[in-house]
Amino acid sequence: MIKVEDLRKTYRAGLVEVPALRGVSFEIDRREYVAIVGPSGSGKSTLMHLLGCLDVPTAGRYIFDGVEVSTLGEDELARVRNRKIGFVFQGFHLLPRLTALENVELPLVYRGVDATTRRERARRALEMVGLGARVQHYPNELSGGEQQRVAIARAMVGEPILLLADEPTGNLDSRTGAEVLDLFQGINDAGCTVIMVTHDLTAASRAKRILRIRDGLLEGDERV
Amino acid sequence: MDFATSLKMGLKAIMSNRLRSGLTILGVVIGVAAVIGVVAVAQGSQRQVTSQIESLGTYLLTVSVRGRGADKVLTCDEVMELTGGIDGIVGVSPVVTGSATAKYGTRKYDCSLLGVNEQYATVRDLRLETGRFLTQIDISTRQKVVLLGQNVGAELFGPSDPVGKEIKINGQTFTVIGVLAPRGGGPAGTEDDHVLIPVTSAERLLGRRGVSTFYIKGQDKEAVEQISTAISDRLYRRFRDQDAYRIFDQTQMLETVTNISQTLTLMLASIAFISLLVGGIGIMNIMLVSVVERTREIGLRKAVGATRRDVMRQFLLESAMLSGIGGVVGIITGAILARGIASAIKVPAVFPWAGAGIALGLALAVGIGFGIYPASRAANLEPIEALRTE
Repeated sequence: MIKVEDLRKTYRAGLVEVPALRGVSFEIDRREYVAIVGPSGSGKSTLMHLLGCLDVPTAGRYIFDGVEVSTLGEDELARVRNRKIGFVFQGFHLLPRLTALENVELPLVYRGVDATTRRERARRALEMVGLGARVQHYPNELSGGEQQRVAIARAMVGEPILLLADEPTGNLDSRTGAEVLDLFQGINDAGCTVIMVTHDLTAASRAKRILRIRDGLLEGDERV
Repeated sequence: MDFATSLKMGLKAIMSNRLRSGLTILGVVIGVAAVIGVVAVAQGSQRQVTSQIESLGTYLLTVSVRGRGADKVLTCDEVMELTGGIDGIVGVSPVVTGSATAKYGTRKYDCSLLGVNEQYATVRDLRLETGRFLTQIDISTRQKVVLLGQNVGAELFGPSDPVGKEIKINGQTFTVIGVLAPRGGGPAGTEDDHVLIPVTSAERLLGRRGVSTFYIKGQDKEAVEQISTAISDRLYRRFRDQDAYRIFDQTQMLETVTNISQTLTLMLASIAFISLLVGGIGIMNIMLVSVVERTREIGLRKAVGATRRDVMRQFLLESAMLSGIGGVVGIITGAILARGIASAIKVPAVFPWAGAGIALGLALAVGIGFGIYPASRAANLEPIEALRTE
């Protein structure tokens, strides 16, 4: 489903060019559960942004679900993110003025789904992550673990084919972190490809495959 | 994204920072209220001045003769001769004016005395409340008959009918033949304070010969212009001096006044519009701050699928809502303001419906116009840049 060939990304900081990815190639199949690990500054976040169609590579090819991503325009990228990818971030990124339900509805809003269907699907997604009783709560009324579960509901509400998580347990204690990882397990079991960027080895150990990144290069590719 | 959702989202954003939104809106409110207030008062006073001029009678020429040397006045016959044979004249009336004291029994009333002829009613569009008007016989036989202005009649006779009664004017006895219908406001003393007597009787009563003022009423606007030229020619031939007479064209005056007040209104409204622009800059300022504050929100929205257009629309709608609310509140405030000012300076306030529409439109245009830059800043944020901001 994902095919990466000699993927490169160079950032410009003034006159200096900073290579974040220096040619990475791998393939990920449907239904895989992959952890991308590496120290800070290794380029793993850059890789995740590229995989998530949040950014385009400087060079190389990225084929996602049969589409060459680098040929897509900004609006088409937005469409791919909206329909095929769910994101979970370290900092949750919930909108503080919206209730849990409204936060979860957001991807469907931009998909043009009507209000009734939207609400219904968002409610089901929240029930799936065990927050059926908290739909009308605002993010600041929820614990960190609950907020991350709302974020997972938001990522999954549009039934994406890929769940991308960036340090999903980074802001959580080990117990709530484990709950989040259990949810990922369930999502993967249900047939969704999961890619998780982390430097938490416990978290990484839950994946079935680990890609190791160092200095912008792929250093290891292990199947557990 | 459907419009209802966008609207709800915008409202939420506005309501989440009430004080700030309120102050931003206030800028627009002041701008719109200023425009509405100024236009309402200006239109009101224009209408008042216009109606005052119109109350002189329509298509009216006022000719004042100052004369030259000892040749100071025209006789009534000369007036009629002067105006004879000109097309488009509906009526001509010489006027002799003086002040008089009217007495009935023990009641006294100081009023303006006007000596006029039988055409005066036509010339000045006068209407009778009761009785009859002057006739040619009254004029030619110097009848001592009098028409009372509304106030004079009411003051001397109260509710009883004055027709047929005899009153004393400056000591001489006159028979009342009618009372004029109320004419209302006019500049410097209303016509309701006048008494009208035959011009011939007036000459005798006031001890004067000849008239220095006469009115001509034309058929229409074109006729008035032609009459004015013709009369001017004839008067020049009579006196050989342009300073010896003056012709005052009421229609022309009306146009001048209307033009001046329209220009003035436009000028004042433009000044008021500047404050609306300042309000727009306030919106832009706040929207720019808002975009910076909500960088993360924008990033997240983009990550879950908002396109550049979606973000642009969200922020434009927000600034349009700020200015729209400001516009509506401003119109209401402006209307109240206009009423206050109008009653303070004693002119009628005319609520400018068209002006309100234009002001609201301008407010929205200002909101959208000044919202474009912040909105495009928001729309152009890279999702990863936006998400990275912690």
